[in-house]
Amino acid sequence: MGTGTGIGRVRGLGSAKSGAHHWWHQRLTAGSNLLLMLWFVVSLLRLPSLDYIVVTQWLSSPLAALPLALLVISVFYHFRLGLQVFIEDYVHDEALKLASIVLLNFYVIGAGATALFCILKIALGGAAA
Amino acid sequence: MLVSILHRATGTALATAGVLCFLWWLVALASGSEAYGIFHSWVIGGGDAAHPLVNGLARLVGIGLTWVFFQHLCSGLRHLLLDTGAGYELKINKTGALMTLVASTVITVVIWLAILVGF
Repeated sequence: MGTGTGIGRVRGLGSAKSGAHHWWHQRLTAGSNLLLMLWFVVSLLRLPSLDYIVVTQWLSSPLAALPLALLVISVFYHFRLGLQVFIEDYVHDEALKLASIVLLNFYVIGAGATALFCILKIALGGAAA
Repeated sequence: MLVSILHRATGTALATAGVLCFLWWLVALASGSEAYGIFHSWVIGGGDAAHPLVNGLARLVGIGLTWVFFQHLCSGLRHLLLDTGAGYELKINKTGALMTLVASTVITVVIWLAILVGF
């Protein structure tokens, strides 16, 4: 079978060489998502309105911008892992599967960079225009 | 069964529709007050709204995404519990699954009552 020795498997030297980190990172970011998303929902609900001045003033505080940036990193990493499993389970054509994984990575990096740039622009832009 | 597949369905919906709505809001916000005003008039409205019908639809999407988010959160918490090896007895397992549906629905109702009625 070529599954190697017991100690080899324990050291993660099975045929895939890695894998458990995916499962673990999905749980790790589930925990950070839980904290950050609850903070985000409560913060939005506590704002007096969603008017431009109100929201930009809120986001210009490091105490809002930093958790929101962390939220983007945590949530986007979490959904990249989740959608990867989704694609691996339901897309059976190998070429289409590869294309989907590539597209997923473009999407998550592109969307993530956009979100982080916007947060930084608002946070570092000084007074609201 | 239902709750398990719902976890994937809600996760996929959040990663696509949820993320795109979030990005629309953030990009509009970072583009200045004029761009944000367009987002605000189409999505949030209120007062003498220019697009009341679209605002109503946006609210439906908002309510939907709220439920989808809390359903994913609750069944995610359930999965973390199941990861510890607990809760696999048939009856407990089924009750837990149903509880995620009840909790997500209750939270969604409470949040939107707070937004629309304001208490």
